[in-house]
This record gives sequence, structure tokens and C-alpha cells, in this order.
Amino acid sequence: MANTAYAGTHAHQDHAPRGIWRWLTTTNHKDIGTLYLVFSGIMFFVGGAMAMLIRAELFQPGLQFLDPAFFNSMTTVHALVMVFGAVMPAFVGLANWMIPMQLGAPDMALPRMNNFSFWILPFAFSLLILTLFLPGGAPAGGWTLYPPLVLQGGESLPLAIFAIHLLGASSIMGAINVIVTIMNMRAPGLTLLRMPIFAWTWLITAYLLIAVMPVLAGAVTMLLTDHFFGTSFFSAAGGGDPVLFQHLFWFFGHPEVYIMILPAFGVVSEIIPAFSRKPLFGYESMVYATASIGFLSFIVWAHHMFTVGMPLAGQMFFMLTTMLIAVPTGVKVFNWATTLWKGSITFETPMLFALAFLFLFTIGGFSGLMLAIVPADFQYHDTYFVVAHFHYVLVPGAVFALMGGTYYWLPKWSGHMYNERLAKVHFWLSAIFVNVLFFPQHFVGLAGMPRRIPDYATQFADWNMISSIGGFGFGASQLLFFYIVWRTVRGGEKAPQKAWEGARGLEWEVPSPAPHHTWDSPPSVAAIERNAMH
Amino acid sequence: MSTHSATHDAGKYYVPHSSPWPIFGAVTLFVLMLGVCSYLNHWVGGWAFIPGATMLAVLFFGWFSTVIKENEQGLYGLDVDRSFRMGMMWFIISEIFFFAAFFGALFYARQLSVPWLGGEGVKVFNKLLLWQDYSAAWPTNGPDAVGGHEDGTFGTIPAFGLPAINTALLLASGVTITIAHHALRAGNRMVLNIFLALTFILGFIFVGFQAEEYIHAWTELGLRLSTGIYGSTFFMLTGFHGLHVTIGAIMLLVIWLRCLKGHFTPERHFGFEAVAWYWHFVDVVWLILFVFVYWI
Repeated sequence: MANTAYAGTHAHQDHAPRGIWRWLTTTNHKDIGTLYLVFSGIMFFVGGAMAMLIRAELFQPGLQFLDPAFFNSMTTVHALVMVFGAVMPAFVGLANWMIPMQLGAPDMALPRMNNFSFWILPFAFSLLILTLFLPGGAPAGGWTLYPPLVLQGGESLPLAIFAIHLLGASSIMGAINVIVTIMNMRAPGLTLLRMPIFAWTWLITAYLLIAVMPVLAGAVTMLLTDHFFGTSFFSAAGGGDPVLFQHLFWFFGHPEVYIMILPAFGVVSEIIPAFSRKPLFGYESMVYATASIGFLSFIVWAHHMFTVGMPLAGQMFFMLTTMLIAVPTGVKVFNWATTLWKGSITFETPMLFALAFLFLFTIGGFSGLMLAIVPADFQYHDTYFVVAHFHYVLVPGAVFALMGGTYYWLPKWSGHMYNERLAKVHFWLSAIFVNVLFFPQHFVGLAGMPRRIPDYATQFADWNMISSIGGFGFGASQLLFFYIVWRTVRGGEKAPQKAWEGARGLEWEVPSPAPHHTWDSPPSVAAIERNAMH
Repeated sequence: MSTHSATHDAGKYYVPHSSPWPIFGAVTLFVLMLGVCSYLNHWVGGWAFIPGATMLAVLFFGWFSTVIKENEQGLYGLDVDRSFRMGMMWFIISEIFFFAAFFGALFYARQLSVPWLGGEGVKVFNKLLLWQDYSAAWPTNGPDAVGGHEDGTFGTIPAFGLPAINTALLLASGVTITIAHHALRAGNRMVLNIFLALTFILGFIFVGFQAEEYIHAWTELGLRLSTGIYGSTFFMLTGFHGLHVTIGAIMLLVIWLRCLKGHFTPERHFGFEAVAWYWHFVDVVWLILFVFVYWI
């Protein structure tokens, strides 16, 4: 039945613009998904190059390569690029490609706005990258932009702030598009609780984005007026408080970390059932757990600032709510483990990434629990232990899910199978080096090495050198990833319509590569039932 | 296959094939933002705003007229209409959170940071070591009496003067737009046109009164953006609200011109409703502002 749906679609393609103009003016969710993914790949390299510079400087104690101010710029811009340029756009790219196909919808609900959200990104990052070439250099106060430090920078401040405004506008428009697509464009018969879990996790993510990006916009606007127009939001002399910024920032910042991980949960929840050849265990509890995590993310923010001097009642409240997050997250981890139980498991590359996610993300979750304990956090705060924690949830967490998702859906996008042997090499290199890179940072952190510093005491030298070696290895391994993806896009073994025998979801009911327009007529109820996750 | 579907009929959902407006919009925002940055960093003068602002006007005019034209051609089904409604609703919700950041700053200052600066509770060391003479109070421009008159004092706008009149104006405009909406649904175009005109006139009068209040505060009361935390929260909250009222009134004006051209039907008038929702939103923000900024 799938093929009959495409009979009338070729007419659409004929008058589509060609060349660069096609990509500039497109309204097609697959084109825009590709743009997002390619952009995110470029940003991974930009942010990754900065990480390499950081690790090169930290290879040995003492100052080797970088001026300390430039080192601080590198940690700041590396984080901003990776968070807003690499991880978030990559998930929006997956959403663009997969959600309409998974819902049996002809496109995203608001196609022109979809393209607008994408094209804002390269311009926003032009502003941010431009700051590297200004007198005074790029922002160097850390990606959290705490005043008063950030207000003491050079001419980079307004450019960084307006870059964040643009990125926020882009994210809000993207989120509105996802919500409206899911709420309004599902094929008849595709009820919310039959939806693929990836769409569910993105729906919750989109709610979070709409709630928190405007708060970040407000907070950085206050930075701007404090610096240029004499307001006193963050100045105690005028009755304000620099800690106010931290509250506003982390009211955004904590949901933000779930914005980066919830879609990763969705991807992993698609991959594990496919290669276990079993339906996802506890589908509904997965949905409720995701929603609970989304809700809790709004009432835990001050655990990022335990040492700033807040009332004891505040510390208690934020410690307990933070620990509560372990409950829905535990539901998820156990559901994944139970999905594996007695499955007919095979270990293709997407599955390897999902399994590595399961173990390594959980390590990041546990170190998060340690950081949630107030008296312990007094010791860990602003050390490399924190760096190790959030890199464990972001790199073998979010980024591994992204790479697993790329291998999983690449046959659908390109029509070709990737080279399984090379991909496995890529997986094992990544999985080994990521641990060499980040695990020692737990040790130096617990031993007291502060974060965001280009030099350190000699007792931290051994583990830092090992960490740097892991970093260079991890960085180099990703060149292999891009080579594999590039080769798959260019050619290779033809992928069948259903690339993985255990996979479910309406995306496997359309040909590979997916035609430019899919689901001009909605899928049949039989197809929907065949592909429901439970 | 699709016959059992009333809401998702094949081919009905209108997907434009390509559009120059999004990329033009992205370039516009870049030019605008770069202009503002160049002005703030003193690279260039005030003209830096002009290219971006001009492009922004072209963007709005061009993009919206494309959409209006498509709508008048009947390209949009009820599905597209529902997408627009949901989109507008979630946009307004994001706006609520933007204002929440500034209200959060206000409540934080009034309930926490100002009392702490006055040495409340465990923050007694602020009093002992930093500012012995400062007693927490609201309104305040902080322990260093930042901004204000030369002696550090400043005046505030009493709630039951111009702000109360402004409240009445906005509440009245909420009534007039509802009357206009009912008239639109009843097909009474004359009443629609009159009451919609009344609505944006009330909106512009509100903006005019706010401007007068600002001039008074700035020149006579010593109440400026730089007058400590009170001036910061006062001007940022009322300023962003005033900006939204201005945008809303311009939107009302555009919708009024469309009504005069005979756009909208009693059954289908998303553009009108979207503007009405936006107008009610700025109305509600004002009520919260009136209570917490001006009154208590």
C-alpha cells in the first residue's frame, strides 16, 4: 500500500527549485532535517576543535599553548557551540526527519516557520564565532555567563547575547512546530498512546523548550541592560543580586539538560526493542516517566548553586527534588533492561551505541546523585568531578544516542546500508576513548582539581595526560564517523524498505530512501497497528 | 484509504513548495542584531538600526501578505487553521514565560535580595560589615542609592492616577474587541469595523499615556532605568509591556484594514482571533503589572 501513496507526488518535485536555492527556500521536512544534521555535524567539528585545544593545554601542567584568557574563551565557546550548535540542532534534525514519517503526516505543520528556525542558526553562530576576532576576545566567563564576570568582558558581550536571543527564537519556533505537528498531524487512528516513543520524548522536550528559552532570553536581556543601560538587576549596590542571574539561568539550564537528553531517551527506546526483537517493555510507564522528568526539571534548578549561600530550607528542597529524579529515570533504565531480557539480541552498530548509552549514561546519572547531596556537593562543586559528570551524560549519553540514531535511520535517509565493519570500529574506538577521556576526570575532580583553569598542580598531571590522550583519540575517531556517513550517502549496498527486521514504526512502511514527499495520503489503520510499539 | 478521515484528508493540508521569506527573515535578524551590537559597541552611530528595521518591515509585510493571499485563495483547510491556532497559542505561552522572568526578578528582589541587603536573618553580616545604614524597604534604589536625584532619592508613580486610567482603558479595549468579535460572528460588519477601530484607538491612547508617565518619571521624579532595582524592574516590566501593547495595537490596525477590505467570514477568521488572543494576553499582563508594580 505504501507505494500507491506516491503515485501523485512526482508532480510536486518537478517545480521545486534546484541547487543552492532549493536549500535556502525549502519547506520540506526532510530537506530541513538534513540541513539541521549537516549544520550540527559542522558544529561538532568546531566545538570539537576547541575541546582539542583545551585538552592539548591540559596535557601537562604549566602553560604550553594558550593564553589563559583564550583558554577561558575556549571553554566558554566550546560549551555554547556544543549545546546550542551541535546537540540541540542534531535532535531537531532527527525530529524533522522522523516525526512526520512516524506519524503518517505529509510534512511538519508549519513548513515555512520550520525553515526559518533552521536558517536562523548559521547566522546566530556567525555572531558568536565573530566574537573570537574582536578586541578582548570571545566571552570568557563560562557558558553560564555569570555576572559580574561576564560583564567585564570586551566587545563580545552584545554579540554573544544576541546570538543567544536568536538561538532561543529558533528553538521556540522549532518546539512550536513539533507540538503542533504531533497534536494536529497524526494519521487517523494513531492515538497519542500509539505514538512512537521518540515522538513522545520530543513532545515533552518541546514543552520544556517553550517554557525555558524565554526565561534565558529575559536573563541575558538583563545582562545587556545592566552593562549598557545602567540597570541594577545583578548589582547589590542598587538593590539587585548577582545570584538572581544564577536562579534565572538555571531555571532555564536544568530543563535544558533534559532538552538534550529526553530525545536521546527516545532514540534509545526505538533502537533497543528493534534489536531485541521485542516490543518496548512498559511503553506507557516510559511515557509517564518522561513526563515526570519534564515536570521535575522545573523544581530542581538550584542544585547547580548549592554553594552560593542559600537558606537551608532551599538546599533541602532542591536536594530532595533532585534525588526524586532518580525514580522516573530508574523506571526508564529498568524498562530498557527488561526489554533486553529474553530478547533475540543482535549487536549491530545502533544497538552497540544504545547499550553503551545504557551503561555510560547511568554512570553519569549516579555521579549526578552524588552531586545532589548538599554536603558532598560543597566538596565537588566547580571541580573536574562536575565536568566528568555532565560529559558522561552528554557525550556517551546524548551524543552516543545521536550516533546510534544516525546509524539506525541512515538506511532510510540515504537508501544505502552503512559499512557495518567500519561502523563497529568507530563504535569501539569511541566507547573506549570516551572512557579514557572522561573517567579520570572523576579522580582529579575528587582530588580537588578545579574546572575552567589552564594550569594545575602537579599531582593531577598523570590523569590529565591520560584524559588528553583519550580526548585526542575520541576526536580522531569521529573523523571515521563522518567518513562512514559520507560514504553511505554516496553509495553502497541498497537498503530495503525495512532496514532492520525487528524495527517498528511507520517510517519502515515507506521506501528507502524515503521519497521527497511521504504520506500524502495517510497510512492505513492496519499499518498503524502493525507498527505500534505495544 | 483516506475517506474515513474528515480531519486529515489527503492533499488538503497545504504545504508551500518553497518560500524566500524564511531565509530573508534569517538575514534580516542577522542584520538587525549586528546593527544593534555595532551601535552598543560604538562602532557606528544610531543609523545602525535602519537597515535591519527596514528589512524587518519588508519581512513582515511580505511574509504576511503571502499568507493572507494564500488564505484568500482558499488554500488553507481546517487542518491548517488548527495548526495556526495551536501555533499562536504556544507562541503566547512562550511570551508568558518571557514576562515571568522579569516578574521573577521583581519578586526575588522584593522578597529576598532587598531584605537580605538589609541584614535579614543569617544575612546579618550585610548589615554589620557592608551597609550599616541601609534599612530594607520597597521601593528602593539599593544601599548605595544608585541613580535618582542628586541626593539619591526618587519618586514613584502612584497607582491611582494615570495607571488606574490606563487599566480602565485596557479593560475597555478588552470589551470592545469582544463586541467586535461577536459582530464578526453575527455578520454585522459595521459594528465590527467600529468596535475594532475603538479597540486600537484605546490601545494607542494607552501607549500615549505611558509615554507621558515615562517623561514625568524621567525628568521630574528621578525615576530612570538606572534608579537601582526599582527603576530596573519598573522600566523593564512596563517597557516590555508597552512594547507589546504597541505591537498589539499595530496588529489590530492591520486586522482592521483587512476587515475594511472584507476579509474574514463569520466561520473562519483565524487572523482576527489570533490578534484578539494576543490583545487579551497584554491586558492580563497589565493587570498583574498594575497590582505588583504600581499598587502593592
